[in-house]
Amino acid sequence: MKDCYINGIGCVSAQDSTVDSAIENYRVLTDRITHARKPNYRDYIKPAMIRRMSTGVKMGVVAASIAMKEAELENPDAIISGTGLGCSIDSDKFLKKIVDNNEQFLTPTAFIQSTHNTVGAQVALGLRCNAYNITYVHNALSFESAMLDAQLMISEGASNILFGGVDELGDYTTSLFDLIDHVKKGEVIENGILNSNTKGAIFSEGAQFFVLADNISDNSYAKFIDVAIYNVLPQNSIEEKLVQFLSVNNFEISDIDVVILGTNGDVNFDGIYSDLQESVFKSTQQICYKHLSGEYNTASGFGFWTACNILKNQLIPKNLMLNEIKNVPVKNILIYNQYRSENHSFTLLSSC
Amino acid sequence: MENLKLELKAKIIENLNLEDIEVSDIKNTDALFGDGLGLDSIDALELIVMLDKDYGIKLSDPKQGKVIFESIDTMAAYISENKTK
Repeated sequence: MKDCYINGIGCVSAQDSTVDSAIENYRVLTDRITHARKPNYRDYIKPAMIRRMSTGVKMGVVAASIAMKEAELENPDAIISGTGLGCSIDSDKFLKKIVDNNEQFLTPTAFIQSTHNTVGAQVALGLRCNAYNITYVHNALSFESAMLDAQLMISEGASNILFGGVDELGDYTTSLFDLIDHVKKGEVIENGILNSNTKGAIFSEGAQFFVLADNISDNSYAKFIDVAIYNVLPQNSIEEKLVQFLSVNNFEISDIDVVILGTNGDVNFDGIYSDLQESVFKSTQQICYKHLSGEYNTASGFGFWTACNILKNQLIPKNLMLNEIKNVPVKNILIYNQYRSENHSFTLLSSC
Repeated sequence: MENLKLELKAKIIENLNLEDIEVSDIKNTDALFGDGLGLDSIDALELIVMLDKDYGIKLSDPKQGKVIFESIDTMAAYISENKTK
């Protein structure tokens, strides 16, 4: 694969990540459902366009704008988005109107804005970009699918790709996840999710966009090495696939300075991570992030954003640490994520 | 009629999600499209559905909309004459 670099990053999340990328200042989420911290959308989006945009679209446009600005890029060669549930707020709204109005009096706005590719489309409209534009919808692999396509496009000769992930909290959709116990019970998770020992996750929303480029710049955050995705992966073969993934890229476990895990406090599924923590990663610095970002289908984008910040700034905030091991300088980071034992991904990044 | 005009302004603001606009900001004679409130073709569809749903008025000829939706005054006058509920 051709060398590629992360030259710009943008993040909207449950934290003040648009104005403060210092993760050590972030609060541990204790509510079972936490909405994103709203940036001043008018700083990024024309007022005439804002009024029809739902939260997910606005978050996506803002994260993409920040990433593009950091990369000093005006027009990318492609816009590639990932989303697990798309614009669920407008989908909820449109479906509710169908029921409430007995399938009559349906208005166009919510329908137009309810499609999964609305975010990518609005980003393109804002940039006046007619290039390749695609949205991947694949549960907890949506973000990684977008990343994989971006990597392939660079290997085929593209120079700059804007890619990212976004998911928003729709009230009705979230209530369904609550009903099937995917959301933790109880109003407040006092000590955060990491010691909760209960089933389910705390839900949130966010958007993370990145510029992947074929050239290194003064502002480059990291060198992107590779990503691998598995829809189904038996627990007893995760380690084997991980070693295989590293080997294909000429890495060994001992080369990994930091592993970023998608631990989300779900007692039924965090064992998948702890098995690796106690075996192959026993001597590796381990960190996690979902106690700060919450869970959503593209939350691994927050993990990727965290990795980019660590590699560039060479600082690992204490509030991310899962063990006492410290590896400085941080050269190689592996991100491992899965959701409810499905949709596993390995992502490898190095310092520039 | 004045109550209907106030009602229409409130519905337009709510249904079209006109952020930062108050009922008092819309004059009865202001153009709803173009240089006035700046509504567009998608908003026109929303207004057509609103007439049907809330006032029982079906616009059979879309060209009528251009005249009816010119301002709050023209909308209120048309609704007063044609509403069925």
